[in-house]
Amino acid sequence: MESRKIDTMGLVKKYGIFIVLVTLWVVFSLSSSTFRTADNFSNILRQVSTNGIIAVGMTFIIMVGGIDLSVGSLVAVAGVIGGSILVANPANTVLAVIASVAVCCLFGVMNGFFVAKGKVPAFIVTLATMTMARGFAYVYSNGKPYTLKSPDFNLIGKGNTPIIIFIVIVILAHILLSQTKFGRYVYATGGNEDAASASGVNVKSILMRVYILSGVLTGIAGVILAARTNSGQPAVGQGYELDAIAAVVIGGTSMTGGSGTILGTLVGVLIIGTLNNGLNLMDVSSYYQMIVKGIIILGAVFFDLKSKKAAK
Amino acid sequence: MEEYRLEIKHLHKRFTGVYAIKDVSFQVKPGEVHAIVGENGAGKSTLMKMINGELTPNEGEILHNGQPSTPHSVAEAKKLGIAMIHQELSSLSNMTIAENLFLGHEECFGKSSFVKKRQMNEKARQILKEYDMSLDPNTLVESLSVAQTQMIEIIKAVRANADIVIMDEPTSSLSSKEAEKLFQIIRDLSSKNVSIIYISHRLEEILDIADSITVLRDGQYIETVDASTVSQERLVELMVGRTLDNIYPKEDAPIADVALEVRNLSRKGVFDDVSFQVHKGEILGISGLMGAGRSEIARAIFGIDKLDGGSVLIGGKEIRIKSPIDAIKNKLAMVSEDRKLYGLVLCRSIKENISLPNLWNLFKGLFIRSGKEVQEVEELKKVLGIKCFSINVNTETLSGGNQQKVVLAKWLLSKPEILILDEPTRGIDVGSKFEIYKLMSRLAKEGMAIVMISSELPEIIGMSDRVLVVSHGKISGEFLRNDITSGNVTQKELLQSALKI
Repeated sequence: MESRKIDTMGLVKKYGIFIVLVTLWVVFSLSSSTFRTADNFSNILRQVSTNGIIAVGMTFIIMVGGIDLSVGSLVAVAGVIGGSILVANPANTVLAVIASVAVCCLFGVMNGFFVAKGKVPAFIVTLATMTMARGFAYVYSNGKPYTLKSPDFNLIGKGNTPIIIFIVIVILAHILLSQTKFGRYVYATGGNEDAASASGVNVKSILMRVYILSGVLTGIAGVILAARTNSGQPAVGQGYELDAIAAVVIGGTSMTGGSGTILGTLVGVLIIGTLNNGLNLMDVSSYYQMIVKGIIILGAVFFDLKSKKAAK
Repeated sequence: MEEYRLEIKHLHKRFTGVYAIKDVSFQVKPGEVHAIVGENGAGKSTLMKMINGELTPNEGEILHNGQPSTPHSVAEAKKLGIAMIHQELSSLSNMTIAENLFLGHEECFGKSSFVKKRQMNEKARQILKEYDMSLDPNTLVESLSVAQTQMIEIIKAVRANADIVIMDEPTSSLSSKEAEKLFQIIRDLSSKNVSIIYISHRLEEILDIADSITVLRDGQYIETVDASTVSQERLVELMVGRTLDNIYPKEDAPIADVALEVRNLSRKGVFDDVSFQVHKGEILGISGLMGAGRSEIARAIFGIDKLDGGSVLIGGKEIRIKSPIDAIKNKLAMVSEDRKLYGLVLCRSIKENISLPNLWNLFKGLFIRSGKEVQEVEELKKVLGIKCFSINVNTETLSGGNQQKVVLAKWLLSKPEILILDEPTRGIDVGSKFEIYKLMSRLAKEGMAIVMISSELPEIIGMSDRVLVVSHGKISGEFLRNDITSGNVTQKELLQSALKI
């Protein structure tokens, strides 16, 4: 009984950000008849699925007190790896998917190794990986996009498939974080690395696994994007890391680590997606959209800090 | 001239209702070297922080040169002429000596915003010469020895027209030759009518350098004595001087086989050749001054710090402990001295903190069964009397005593055979203290081997079956409970053993 009481209190705290989402929906529904259609809603979901999957990985990263700037470049890496395989043989869909994700996974291993074992600040490590991965994508593709003609591969990005993949990942990640030992260790590592270590948590292994997870999820997002656009482009994904970080932060995950939820990130992702979609429908120029997005991010974090201070 | 440089009148300081300083008064004359002594926790630091403006007293006043002047910030104290040389030095290590000396006073070389480096270096060279230091003002402070850095700090303070310089354990990291040089400077300052307040654990050097000595105990003023007439024995007596009342519920427990043995443990520069045994049912007290290496020994046994040499035996078998994971698997548990650093993940709940070191053991497989976890945690909450709204509240919202109980709970759940407690009652209220003592006594009776590290002598004497004293990284004494309770060994001897060099 008691535990339920607290959970609702926690929800009330998270309510703030949820209210923002609902308000956006109401405002856009009232001002645009296109917005309130079911089609448009699945549009939003499809649009956010790529950023959403990356943001799920980013949630784990930020929860352990880290940051992963390399995700945008990894989206491009996944695209060109898969693209090259499919251009050689359009029937090789399975191989293309596995290879794309595997290469991104390797970049994740590299990030994890230097952060966990090398104790280099995550910002520096992933900044370096970001540059290297982008360079790798250009070198590998000779700077030219791969145009894909594989109907099988294209299915991954078509219709509701990206939405289903996104939702399955959200559910699995939610369970992983809230129901498993790994999830507990992630929270503990982010909350106080020394105390976690003194409690017998293998902090290095947790950090390693979190960075690998981010690499893998980004690989999946990269595959979906390539399938949706039917091309593997080395220049794609610039700035995706910032969208993902924004979604995580709006969703209430603390940048210092140790707290946050996957559902919060889901709300954050939806807020950014709704803003993009709704403002487009209202014919607001993309320049103004940037300003609005910035204000929302700042406001969300400011509000979050305020409510946490009030709780103390 | 004023009669007193500094006059402390009925100073009180409370922290959340507990007195840290209670009605302390004393006077410092111009040019006097005034030492403050007392055990750890006697209130020396709190008192100095009030004189220095870091803390504001709840009651009482501070007179500086006859003027009421209770400083409200360190900057204000500095302006008044009160400077403090901290244990941890505050020089900017990647700047040069000259830059440090003139930090914040750069304007004395003209009105321009640009720092005139050449003039500054020239002036600095003169100043260094005055103090008999042949150093290039262009030297980076980080390349200086601790003693030299300290000198720079002192020069800085005096040049800012300080007429009171507070020194907190200034010789703790100095060689005896360097200390001698520091004393020379202290005598020098004193002859220039600068008053020195001097805090140290080293009684010999206090008797050597100080004019008068004020003794504090449990936050209260005990006596101010003339350094030329008092003996070291008398000083220790004044510092300890309390009777043990019955707040230590220690019961006799049957002492059985050796549970933990360490042989010749060493860690370079921290501790050396440390060997001891703890038996089942025994409470082994480890006493000594802060910084003597006690906590470091415990941390190394538990696998947090690396050992350079020696071996650890549990139940007679040699065990290699590379990390706390190995320690926990071998039924070792440690409540660390710093519960905020090593004990708790403050932003997470009581439940999560308690189950953290036990998840591997409680749940096979990937998932946590919430029902079982809640049941285990609720039971411990009851046993230990953790006062909280729910086991889901964050541990940062709890009082110190309750936080400590959460740390104890998490280790009790691991069902250890050996429990290391490092300062188990630091910073917690008397009620919680008593409950923790009771728990220790019960656990020992049930056959647990307990190692208790503490700076509080009464606690050590009240709870231990056997006491080891650590001084400068070595075991400098061993005393049995029988000898202590029968009066053969007194607190005085324990303290003297801890002060041994």
